[in-house]
Amino acid sequence: MAGKIVESVVMTENNELIDRIVDRYDGELGMLIPMMQDIQTECGYLPVERLRSLSKRLNVPLSRIYAVATFYSSFRLAPKGAHEVTLCVGTVCYLKGAGRISEVICKEFRIDPGGTTPDRLFTFQAVNCVGCCAVAPVMLVDGKYYQGVTPESALEILYGLAPDETTADEQEGA
Amino acid sequence: MTVVGNLRLNGVEDLERMREELLACRSPSSKCVRVCMGPGCAAKGAARLYEVFCEAAEQAGGEVEIQAKSVGCHGLCECGPIVIIEPGEIFYQRVEEPDVPEIFRETVLGGRVVERLLYENPDTGEKALTAEEIPFYKVQKRIALAHNGVIDPASIEDYVAEGGYTALAKVLTSMAPEEVLGEVERAGLRGRGGGGFATARKWRSCRQAKGSPKYVICNGDEGDPGAFMDRAIMEGDPHAIIEGMIIGAYAIGSRQGYIYVRNEYPLSVERLRGAIEQARELGLLGRHILGSSLSFDIRINRGGGAFVCGESTALMASLEGRPGEPRAKYIHTVESGLNGKPTNLNNVETWANVPAIINRGGEWFASIGTEKSKGTKVFCLVGKVKYTGLVEVPMGITLRRIVEEIGGGVRDDKRFKAIQTGGPSGGCIPSQYLDTLVDFDELTKLGSMMGSGGMIVMDEDTCMVHVAKYFTNFLQKESCGKCTPCREGLAQMLHILQRITKGEGEEGDVEVLEGLAELLEGTALCALGKTAANPVISTIRYFRDEYDAHIQERRCPAKECRGLFRYEIDPEACKACGICLKNCPSDAITGQKKVPHVINQEKCTLCGACWEKCPFTAVLKV
Repeated sequence: MAGKIVESVVMTENNELIDRIVDRYDGELGMLIPMMQDIQTECGYLPVERLRSLSKRLNVPLSRIYAVATFYSSFRLAPKGAHEVTLCVGTVCYLKGAGRISEVICKEFRIDPGGTTPDRLFTFQAVNCVGCCAVAPVMLVDGKYYQGVTPESALEILYGLAPDETTADEQEGA
Repeated sequence: MTVVGNLRLNGVEDLERMREELLACRSPSSKCVRVCMGPGCAAKGAARLYEVFCEAAEQAGGEVEIQAKSVGCHGLCECGPIVIIEPGEIFYQRVEEPDVPEIFRETVLGGRVVERLLYENPDTGEKALTAEEIPFYKVQKRIALAHNGVIDPASIEDYVAEGGYTALAKVLTSMAPEEVLGEVERAGLRGRGGGGFATARKWRSCRQAKGSPKYVICNGDEGDPGAFMDRAIMEGDPHAIIEGMIIGAYAIGSRQGYIYVRNEYPLSVERLRGAIEQARELGLLGRHILGSSLSFDIRINRGGGAFVCGESTALMASLEGRPGEPRAKYIHTVESGLNGKPTNLNNVETWANVPAIINRGGEWFASIGTEKSKGTKVFCLVGKVKYTGLVEVPMGITLRRIVEEIGGGVRDDKRFKAIQTGGPSGGCIPSQYLDTLVDFDELTKLGSMMGSGGMIVMDEDTCMVHVAKYFTNFLQKESCGKCTPCREGLAQMLHILQRITKGEGEEGDVEVLEGLAELLEGTALCALGKTAANPVISTIRYFRDEYDAHIQERRCPAKECRGLFRYEIDPEACKACGICLKNCPSDAITGQKKVPHVINQEKCTLCGACWEKCPFTAVLKV
């Protein structure tokens, strides 16, 4: 009984969020990607029940929404870590050793690019060019740029990350 | 210094009055500190500098008007953060927070120069007072970047005061759409996104195409790694793009525009969004622009992190809310593009050139450049050069002048090996072609291309097979998978390249690569696939010996491919400090105090830890 009540509360909130986002774009199907980007901004990732609501509200098959969600690399179907770590592996950063930095990070924290550490401390992404080639190699932590990164300094930065409880808790399913 | 507030401009006279009022407000004694907020400078802490300058300006108060301004990328990212002081245009480089009080006291208030923050020419030892005196800027000619580093990109007033939207006013009052097309045609403007298609021809086809509504799109999905020209314009001078698009819309007959911005550029989105808001408030976007019959508005869409969306049909699919898969272009997008309607798509830099062409005339623009490539082109000069950054040069300049005069040559006195132009679809040009002119057709002849403007300098330590593998890996990952040649062909090419760089190459591999490349070029669906083999083909064409060394001798001449060279310790240089010994994960290094250390090759896993850690560069790659 109690479980059912909780579920219905979640569902209402759920629909409010989806309604708000869909209305922002006048329900235009062409704006599907911006809508999904907004859901990801609000939730930190794309929770399956939200995508279901979106599919119902827009009257498009869920498969079409999934096609979009899995095609574009910026969409996430699983919750992210408390911090967002982005390593640039664009040509210049790569020439200046970003490949090695990525290897070291993956080995040290036992993750793959795109993955999240088991303790949800951070999500690690290797992206193609953040447009800061002049100060390569570049790493971003929660939007802050670090220039001229080396394998050692990258690890130092990552070990200095605080386990930010609040950010992690804000996410659904956390 | 908002003068007009939310006043709507109902005619060209209103715009003129606004400009006059803005200029009248500028007292000749007023001073301004311009802090560069380009990505390079921002990564070096420019935001904090700006804050400190703002505080200092506020505290100073008093009789003189002092303004701190955050501006877009100035270009010389290598020497950032860059701060420029008006009057005098004094150019300070590598400014740090502790320098701020001194700059403020000495230069801003006292009018004296802080010598130690000036740029010093490493060859002559001469100090440069202004940007024009620095070799990096001397060869450049700025049209698309004219306002970058000068105006505050978040202020439409700044843009208008500098003559912004005069081109739009001119078009609306004195030019018919056909005349606008004529002017762009005379200018000989070609698409800056890579293809180099004649802009006027595209506009005219779209204008003449049947169907409505018609759309104009600005392609800001700058995905080439090693390129940030469009980002710099979007973040440094967003109104130039908007003005260009309005003029294009007028010529084509469109009421709706889109700007598609790459997901990795959040600041570009913010700047453009702000600029669109301001333009709407003043009546420069929306219904009856400047009181005329033209109505046009712009919407911003963010990309989803897919490289292929820089391709026009894929971008349009993305705007329709679908996965960004390109389609065959039997029917051009100018006839059937977004939502099946006539659509004209141009790159950021192309749009940003339009206002200057209208203002100064097509003939003026065409007087710059070569016979078939007119005007200027913005490049990102990066890689192993001394001065990296954003440069705008007249077409027809030689690659050598860009590398040597602007970039200051290869850094660390290494030997120049190649310059890579055109991003992942481009090719590597070796030193014997450095005197080639920068021109759409000349670069294509060399097996590379102009592309959107990435220019990556490689030195003797760069393995060309490795570079080819890097780009093939990139493209293979970014291939959308719709057509077989690209999906399967690139995977096969990557597989072969991986084998070669691991020392497992076989006779005939190069020929197979060439065969696959030919197949891709002839049969892939879109430009991504058709040009995907360029990095491989150009490196085979100019650096065949490196492929052969990998395959036949199991040797990497540049000593970059792990496993194809050894690490050894130079006994002369070794100081027996023990650092390598402590850092070796496989205990392969032996040695004692005062005895040069030795690497046991059988135990060595070639991880490179000793090479990275040695403070005396005594560990050598052989």
